[in-house]
Amino acid sequence: MASEDILEQLREIMIDVFDLDDLQLTPQTTAEDVEEWDSLSHVRLVVAIERKFGFKLKNAEIEALKSVGDLVALIESKAAGG
Amino acid sequence: MLSDLAWLPAPAADFRDRVRALRAEASAPRADLYERAVALATAALDESQLGQIARLARELVTGGSPPAQFSQLKLGLVGDGTLSLLAPAIAGSAVRHGLLVDMVEGDYGSAVQDALNPSSALHAAGLNMLLLAADARLLGLGRAAESVEDAERRVGAAFGQLKLIVEGLKPAVSAAVLVQTVVPPLEPLFGSFDRVEATSPYAMTLALNRRLADWALTGQIVLVDIARLAASIGLERWDAPGHWHASKLSFAPEMMPVYGDVIARTLAALRGRARKCLVLDLDNTLWGGVIGDDGVGGIKLGQGSATGEAFLAIQEAALDLRRRGVVLAVCSKNEEAAARLPFREHPEMVLKEDHIAVFQANWTDKAANLRAIAATLNIGVDSLVFLDDNPAERAQVRGALPLVAVPELPDEPALYPRMLMAAGYFEAVAFTQDDRDRAGMYQANAARAATVQASGDLDSYLAALEMVCTIRPVDATTRARAAQLINKSNQFNLTTRRYTEAQVEASEADPDRHISQIRLADRFGDNGVICILIANRAGEAWEIDTWLMSCRVLGRRVQEAALAHLAAAAMAQGARRLVGRYIPSAKNAMVRDHYAKLGFTQIGEDADGTTVWERVLADYVRPDLPMVLDDPTQAATALERQT
Repeated sequence: MASEDILEQLREIMIDVFDLDDLQLTPQTTAEDVEEWDSLSHVRLVVAIERKFGFKLKNAEIEALKSVGDLVALIESKAAGG
Repeated sequence: MLSDLAWLPAPAADFRDRVRALRAEASAPRADLYERAVALATAALDESQLGQIARLARELVTGGSPPAQFSQLKLGLVGDGTLSLLAPAIAGSAVRHGLLVDMVEGDYGSAVQDALNPSSALHAAGLNMLLLAADARLLGLGRAAESVEDAERRVGAAFGQLKLIVEGLKPAVSAAVLVQTVVPPLEPLFGSFDRVEATSPYAMTLALNRRLADWALTGQIVLVDIARLAASIGLERWDAPGHWHASKLSFAPEMMPVYGDVIARTLAALRGRARKCLVLDLDNTLWGGVIGDDGVGGIKLGQGSATGEAFLAIQEAALDLRRRGVVLAVCSKNEEAAARLPFREHPEMVLKEDHIAVFQANWTDKAANLRAIAATLNIGVDSLVFLDDNPAERAQVRGALPLVAVPELPDEPALYPRMLMAAGYFEAVAFTQDDRDRAGMYQANAARAATVQASGDLDSYLAALEMVCTIRPVDATTRARAAQLINKSNQFNLTTRRYTEAQVEASEADPDRHISQIRLADRFGDNGVICILIANRAGEAWEIDTWLMSCRVLGRRVQEAALAHLAAAAMAQGARRLVGRYIPSAKNAMVRDHYAKLGFTQIGEDADGTTVWERVLADYVRPDLPMVLDDPTQAATALERQT
């Protein structure tokens, strides 16, 4: 799966999870950039990602994330079986 | 099944757009908004989609003129850990049940302060109901106690804390207070011994839950059994230590949708919005096959095959619901005469015509028939649950009548009862005399009682029952039931001898054995096989090996019909005496005098209390019995001629 595809799927997920009309998402985006992205909605985001991509994320993996780019890379590596 | 809300269909593909369309008219709702909102929420939504529905609900309330069909309620939420994720799941699920719930959350980790401080937001909110969601780990039950006394003290303290919160907030709540049971830990400390050892966290949570149930019995709180929900799903999936450590979530966030629905259905029950009537399709829902094609003999139903037993279990589930007050109805595309035939003639039918309040069998579309059923019962279509194996029919009804609950069904009929019950349509917060009476309104037993009253004495009561007693050899179709009776009957059982199905089959073929089954029907229905007789043909004396009867037909003089049968069968083969035996057991004292009452003479008694009886047949006269006897053996022997 290409990074752009993952980014687009993440954008769709976030629109649902954060209940937004639209969302500009780049690898540089962080939680600070999205008003609705707080610690609580982050839990729902993780669940939605796990459901969509079919794997579980560890707390340590989630805590290490700094940006959407990190998240895309994590999904890419998990999807590849890493 | 539970965790993915499998009884609900998948959400609409354009779910997000539809929610937006509804939100756009929140301040000026169209007349059909209620139905569209309920239909949209009646799907297996995930936690984000529930959040979107919750937002719609909030905007409908703040918009000022929500549709009047919604029941509005303000729910306070207090407890342990992170509650903020629970609120949208509850409010979103509530729309599915016709409720607009305005959630008021307590502060994180301060339930006791919220309760005791009269100026807290919860006190000021004007709550209708309150939900207390506690977690064993924060109630001091997560780690083992130091002694049995310490365990008792800790359980008492946990209970006291919950009681303090409830009593502190109760003055601020106009209606009900809901308290969750606490989920026991998955990880064993000792192992199986946890349940035995009072100091284990497992034993302490069970003890607390017991006290909560006792509290609920007083009517002061309503119990929401989250411990049972977690167990049904499996603690391994329910409990997520990672999420507990990361955000003090009491359970895996994937469980949010089923949690929300369980809370919402309880709120709905408290508002009188639980479903009242279960409407049943017939072909491939109540029995296997198509009655119009396969006939009474061809449909799959009853003991002996896995499929037949699965359909029997569905009927039993429906009957159990009826016993707790749920009205049953039938809605089937069939000729009415054909549809009624199994109810009247199939020996294994558990459901009888008397159990069915409204019977709609015709070729009209099902939505129209469901409307007719609701109108006949004088209830709304939103009180109906419609069980149908056919996906096309389900879709038609959902499209035409979105307020009727139409559960999805798996391909496997063995899972129908689980799906129906998992959906929680008939959630109850109490079981009262009124419920029992409601069931009784349609109950054949009530009609039987009325008959006794009207007829005045027992004989005319029995005559008015129009009983038909059918006596036949045990054969392949009745063998399983016979074996079941032989192995289950304790009270009316002279010898309590147990035989397997294979042994019953061997007896059927044994020239020295006589084995019969008796079926009793009356104007209120068929009681099925209610008596088994086994006798050993031993020349001039027949020894009665087994005589047992179902207790539900006591006082109907069936034993006299049974004796007449045995007498006729024995005489037909040249026997002159019947020999009976009473072997006392812990449970069969009621038949100690059975043979004496039937005119037998005692001829022996063993040290263990076993008594032996004989009846000479030469002077046997069959009494007049208040029933039609359908027994080829007696017809051939013509007992009356002996008089």
